[in-house]
Formats: sequence, C-alpha cells, structure tokens
Amino acid sequence: MSYIAKPKITHPGMPKNKLGLTSSDYEGTVSTLCAGCGHDSVTAAIIQAVFELGVEPHMLAKMSGIGCSSKTPAYFVNQAHGFNSVHGRMPSVTTGANAANGDLMYIGVSGDGDSLSIGVGQFVHAIRRNINMCYVIENNGVYGLTKGQFSASADIGSKPKKGEPNNQEPIDPVSTALSLGATYIARSFSGDKEQLVPLLKGALMHRGFALVDIVSPCVTFNDHEGSTKSYAHTRQFYHHVIDIDYIPPAEEIKAAYAEGEAMPIEMHDGSTIVLRKVDKDYDLTSRASAFKYLREHFNAGEITTGLLYLDESRAEMHELMGNINTPLSQLPLEELNPGSAELKKLQNRYR
Amino acid sequence: MKPTDTSNPEYFHKVVDCQWGCPAHTDVPAYIRMIAQGQFSEAYMENRKSNVFPGILGRVCDRPCEPACRRKRVEDKPVAICRLKRVAADHRDDITELLPKVPENTNGKKVALIGAGCASLTVANDLAPLGYEVTIFEALPTTGGLMRTNIPQFRLPPKVLDEEIGYILDMNVDLKLNHPIDSMKGLLEDNFDAVFVGTGAPRGKDLEIPGRYDSDRIHIGIDWLESVAFEHIKEVGKNVLIIGVGNTAMDCCRTSLRIGAESVKVMARKPRRFFKASAWELEDAEEESVEILINHSPKEFVIEDGKLVGMKFELMEYRVDENGVIDRGTVSGEKIIPCDDVVLAIGQDNAFPWIERDIGIDFNDWDCPLVDETTMMCGRDGVFFGGDSAFGPKNIIWAVEHGHQAAISIHRYCQGESISERLPDGLNLASQKMGMHEWSFSNDYDDTSRRLMPHVDLLERFKKIDIEVELGFTAEQAVQEVERCLNCDIQTVFAADLCIECDACIDVCPVNCLTITKDGEEDELRTRLSAPAENHEQALYISAGLPHTGRVMIKDEDLCVHCSLCAERCPTGAWDMQKSEILIPYAKNELLDDEPLPAVGSGS
Repeated sequence: MSYIAKPKITHPGMPKNKLGLTSSDYEGTVSTLCAGCGHDSVTAAIIQAVFELGVEPHMLAKMSGIGCSSKTPAYFVNQAHGFNSVHGRMPSVTTGANAANGDLMYIGVSGDGDSLSIGVGQFVHAIRRNINMCYVIENNGVYGLTKGQFSASADIGSKPKKGEPNNQEPIDPVSTALSLGATYIARSFSGDKEQLVPLLKGALMHRGFALVDIVSPCVTFNDHEGSTKSYAHTRQFYHHVIDIDYIPPAEEIKAAYAEGEAMPIEMHDGSTIVLRKVDKDYDLTSRASAFKYLREHFNAGEITTGLLYLDESRAEMHELMGNINTPLSQLPLEELNPGSAELKKLQNRYR
Repeated sequence: MKPTDTSNPEYFHKVVDCQWGCPAHTDVPAYIRMIAQGQFSEAYMENRKSNVFPGILGRVCDRPCEPACRRKRVEDKPVAICRLKRVAADHRDDITELLPKVPENTNGKKVALIGAGCASLTVANDLAPLGYEVTIFEALPTTGGLMRTNIPQFRLPPKVLDEEIGYILDMNVDLKLNHPIDSMKGLLEDNFDAVFVGTGAPRGKDLEIPGRYDSDRIHIGIDWLESVAFEHIKEVGKNVLIIGVGNTAMDCCRTSLRIGAESVKVMARKPRRFFKASAWELEDAEEESVEILINHSPKEFVIEDGKLVGMKFELMEYRVDENGVIDRGTVSGEKIIPCDDVVLAIGQDNAFPWIERDIGIDFNDWDCPLVDETTMMCGRDGVFFGGDSAFGPKNIIWAVEHGHQAAISIHRYCQGESISERLPDGLNLASQKMGMHEWSFSNDYDDTSRRLMPHVDLLERFKKIDIEVELGFTAEQAVQEVERCLNCDIQTVFAADLCIECDACIDVCPVNCLTITKDGEEDELRTRLSAPAENHEQALYISAGLPHTGRVMIKDEDLCVHCSLCAERCPTGAWDMQKSEILIPYAKNELLDDEPLPAVGSGS
C-alpha cells in the first residue's frame, strides 16, 4: 500500500469517451491491497471497461460482500452508488436493489471465499433468477484476508505456502454457472487486460446474469512455486478459447478479421459481440458441449478462458416476474402506496 | 528494440531535463533539494562546482534549464530554478573555507587569459588550484566584462560580482587591469605556455540608415550601457526609442527609465512571437510601463536643425506560414515617432582587430575564429577561445562551460597530453528506499503553482539606478517552489529479471507512462503504448524480455513525475527509485589520479 494518493494529473494526450471523461475520471481511492495483487489489475480493467462504454457514474451500482475482492469497489468509480454487504450476501442485496431499480448497471465484485464458500447459496440463486448484473469473481484460491488458507476453488494438489497440498475437489464457478443456466459465462486472467476488458464490457451490457471468473493471483499467499493460481502457473497453462471484441450499438465493425475467424453476435441493446475463436470447434451456445470441453481441458490441467457460454434469449428477473419497468424511486407515491383500502382488499383475497 | 543501456551515463542524464539543458550541466534537483533543507552553503557549492557564479547566474542567467523543465509538460510553468539558485547564494554562510585551495608551489606553467569576463575567470578558477600561474589581462579598469558593463546594476548589484570574482582572484591570480592586448603576436612571444581568449563579442551592430551620423543622440546599445555603468553617461532625453527587442534592448529601456527618460518605446520589426528577448525580461520591462511597438521597421532618423527629433518607420505586415516561418513582409505605410535619443540594440559581432591574420588563427566570414567545439583550441596550438569570442554571442552559462572545457584542454596541453582524449562522464546510482513506503525525497506531487518573485515597489525602484528590483524568494517561497520539482534525478530503474508482470505499476502510474507489450521497432511501438508517446525527444526505456512471457516493459520518459508509485506498488522490487549522479569531469579530475571518477554505476 502507498502512503501517497495517486497524483491528480493526467497525460494530456489521454483519450476521452463519449461523455468527455478520461479513464482517470473513473478511478476510486488508492488501493490498500498488497502491492502486486491481481485484484488491482481487475480494478484497472473495470475502470477501462466502464470508461470505454461511457457509463455515467451515477448509473452504476457497485455491490460487494467481504474479502480482499470485496474491498475493490472502493477503488473504482468514486461517484457511483455502492453497497458493501455482509459476507456472501452481495447477491441478495443486489437482487433487492435491482428489483427496486432495474435501470442501474449492477456490477458485483466478489471472491472465491465470498461466492463459493460462505455465499455459495446466494451465488447459485442469483444465477437461477437471472439477475441482470455483471458478477465478477476475483479468484485466487486462498483466503488472503485471513492469511492464506485454501478456499473452495483451490485445485487438488496445489501447494500452500506452508503445510500440506490441497486434497479437496474445487468448486469451479464456470461449470457451476453453466449447469445452473447462467446466460453469459466468461473466464479470464487479471494479467491479460487485452482479453479481460472486452469480456467485462460484454458482461456489463449483457441482459441477464453475466459471470466473469477471473484468475487473480494472491501475490502474498498464493504466488509461489507449486501453486496453481500463481502468475507463473496461470501464464503457463492459460488457454484462450474465444476472445471477443465488443462493438457498441450503431458502430461499424472496423477491425479486420480473417475469413471464417470472426462471428458477430447481436446483443439485445443493438451492440455486437464479435467472437474471435481461437479453438474453431468450440460451440459457446451449447451447454452440453461447453461442459464437456471445459472438463476435458480442466483434466488436462489447462485454464480455459474467454467467453465460454452465451444465451441472449433468456428472460432476466424482471421479465420472469412480470415486474414494472420503472424504478420504484420514480413512481408517484399513490402508485407505490395504494392506501389502506387496497391493502384490505388484498388481504381479503387470502382469507 | 534493443534494451536500453542504462550504464551509459547519457541515458539517465537526459531524463534530468534541466541538467541536460544546462550547458554547464548543473545538478539542479540535487541543489534545490538542499535549499529546501536549509543547506544553503552546500547548495551554493554544488552550483559553484559547475556554474562558478551562482549569485550572478541566480539573477541574470538565460536559464535554458527552465524551458527544459519537466514540470512544464505537466502544467504551464517550470520550476523557478534560476531564482532558487539565487536563494542559495543569498543565504549562504561564509564559504571561503570550502573553495578550492591553491598549492604552495606552482607547477611552473604560465597561462595568459585575455579579458576578465566569465569565460576567463572560469579558466582561472579551474587552473589556479592545480598550480598554474594564471595572468588575466583586462582592457577596462575593472573585472567582470559584460556582466559588469552591460548588465545594469538594478539587475545585478556590483557587490555580487565583486564577491564571486573575488573568490577566483584570491587564488593567486595575477590581474592586470587597464591592460589591453593590442597584438596577439606580441603576447605569443611572451613566455606563456598557453593563451586563452575570452574577450566576448564587443562590437554592437550599427544601423546604417539616413541620418545615422547627423546626431550624437544615437547610441550603440552595449557601448551606451557600458558608459552608463562607468557613469560617463548620467542622463538621457525624455523620449527614448530602443531599436531591437532582445535582452540588451530590455536592459537599455529599463536603464533609460532610471536616468531621466519619461517615455520609452521599444521598436520591434516583427510580431511578438519572433522577439529574441526572454519572456521574463519582456515582462519585467512592461511592468515598468515600457511600451513595445511591433511591426515597425526603421527607415531614417529625422533630424531638424541638426537635432534628432524623431525616427521614421515603415509599418510592416507579415505572413506566417503553417510551419511558423515568417516572410519578409510588405510595407503598408510610414510613421514618424518623435524622440530625443535612440539606442540601437540589434545585436553584437565579434571583433579581433588585435589578432594578426598570419599567425595560424583562422577566421570565418563573420570574424569568428575557427575553434574546435570540444577542445576550444583554434588552429594555432596552445591558443584557446571561450565565451562569446569563440562562437559569437551566446550567454554567461555557455561561457562558463567553455571555460571548463578550455581549462581541461589547457591542462592536457601543458602536460603534453592529447587534448582530444578526455575523461568520459561517469554515473552513480543509489537506491532511495528508506523503508516500506518511505523514500529519501519528497515524492508526492505538489500542485502548487510557480511562486512569484517579489519586486521593489514601482515608484521606489526608479529613485536610484542601483536599486535591485528583484527582492529574492523568502525562505517559505523557496521551500514551496522546491516542492514543485519533480526530482527527475531520482530515476525509475527497472530489473527485468524480477518482474512477474502483475501490471501493478502500469495500473497505478498517474500519467500512464508504463506499458508491457510485445517488442517491436520504436516508431511502431510508440503507437501502442498506454498513453500517446508523441514527444520523440524523450526516450523510451525498454527492458530486456520479461521472464514469464518474453514481452518487454516500456517506460515513456516524457511525462513521468517520479512519484515512486510504480516502485511502491511493485511486489518484487523490480522497479526501484535510484538517485543518479552524473559525474562530470573538470580539470581537477585530470590531475587527481587518486580520485578517479567512479566507474559506471549499477542498475540493470
């Protein structure tokens, strides 16, 4: 951690987005995480993604629970809304917030402890309800805040800094989300912003539950030889399947793609995700084949990354429940509160 | 690209823009930090090492360091380096004990220095402590050359000159005042082992237009300033025109106001952006209500009944092309401006009527001697030039640097060594890490704006010609101004083998000057960095291939504010903040075999 704040000066040549803001306008307070923490890179990628999307800061809600990962919403978009909830309870708080105001863009930042241990029940039901949010898991395989015990995502055989290797099956958030019917599932690495930033942009713009599982090494407790979540291990076994480019609505696809290499998919808001398949045989619309592929490569010790599953057709929570589209805060009081007579009528229905 | 060779002292030297921009390579960040710490004598001596006249230069230097200052790339105004130098001089204790000592016995070598200006004095300063018998021949009755005769006392008090020149003369220098040399041939027949010419560019340019010789109220600027300095001229008419808009013109107009002028106009032929005067000298003149008229080209002096009554100008119109090049202009009219005196300040030329043309010293078409730019020796062995006399009018700090180089050459020449073989620059690098998050220097960016120099009240300052206008910074102002320094000498030094490519440094850099990417050719690389790298004068610092991916770490040196956050956020210590000290050889380093320049420093 640093004792000085990042100086408030910007390179005069930095680009501005459609709101006239630079990426540094999307920064937060100075990180208090360990120097070299993967989470800080994820923060930087989130800043880059919302900057490039031109998100209005007051239209963003940052949700989190407890853990190193859950501190990070303090480090980006200072002017956004935020809720730092109880351990593992970020999904239900987000569900409530989203139910009250579906107009905001929700980004939940969680970790492998917050989502796969204490909060795993919340995590799976958020997927089931298909809450319209971007759910980031900063996955480092250890409980960094309590000095490096194995978390539920630790791989079998991964060595701790001290003590015995892990011998319990890991929970893989990607396969879990796939089996539960999440509609946008991606995996990436904190050290690969080229891949990560477009994946985050797609996840933020996706309608429905978008999971981005990010290998984000714990530089203090899980970056040694023998760890399967270290910078070196991740780089060695990193396997790109499908990288994407995110193209905003009404913008032309400018990049040149080789014949047959790229596949555009239109999203509900008119933006486009261009899939750049590294592995041509991979089918990201089939849960069955995606699951098989993931398992095979997992067994081979590879870390499969990219956009791994996408379904733009499934209804999100508000549609499933037939909710009103207007945020509750914008409804007149008489609609929000129909009065005691209406309440009586309702109660009579249940007598 | 090839990984940057940081063992070459030039690389880190260039990052210290002020020091690189200074002809004498004064270690600016080092001495201004000393000022903030109240170490004024130490700061003075650090200055004196390279620029010899800190008190003088702290007032009147052309300050090439300031336009070069990195701060100017982050905000409008550079650090007030020059005036901080004056703070060191103003507040120093008695430093005579710290000055170089002259040995008891001379080495028997005799060196003649012609002219007692800054160039010759620097040579004396460097050679006398080595045991040379130094004689200075000066035509005028006093020392200092143009520093005394052409720079008015309200900018540079004589006391400051006397003190700093005195330090040098006290090194057993034989000073012969009122002793013009009228024949180089004659001097060469005397028993000197080497001769150094530091006679400046003493001939003011004239303006040959009608009426020039019909009045005695038309003056050549530098001669007129000299006459004022020696009190041969004590007054001037009420309306004065200054022709030319360089720094001499600024001295002429402000001097006029102090000896009787009520209205002074500076007449410029071209628009303001083509003025030669330094911005701050223009500001100071305009503060004193000097009027600067642009696009007036002198046509003739208007003489009535043998008396100068005005001057006729052609009114000019110019076109400036997209490259900023101005055309010759067209005349759109004429105008007569009344005046009582005219001072011509349109430049200076070299003049060597006293150097015979058949003694092996060659001259170019502008009467400048042909002098080697490294050794300062002319075509005749043993004769050296420096200051304005070498390559035409430059400035004091260049003259000092010429003096240092000439002193090295003279020493080697007198010892029978090759003067073209010179000691190389050296480099020391030392980590500034003091603790987990602690650096030995003030690394936080301070957004304070440049401190304004307090001036003597406008009415007060005209009462006498020798009232120094600038009061100097207060201690508080000096400390605030030093905090603006970006400590460019505290280098970001990278060890590629330690990097784990976690991106921490890249994410935290406030000015986005770091990138990890695939290697490539420079022009192409510059297009895919974190921030645009369009200043090609600033280097890219390229690492060797990184251990994990073989990509390279690239730092664009252009905008780095040396905040140390990259080094603080680095989990492996791959980035470190190390103070670079550029070791610049002087004549004394040639002599002291037991004090060799340290070898090239560490740092990968």
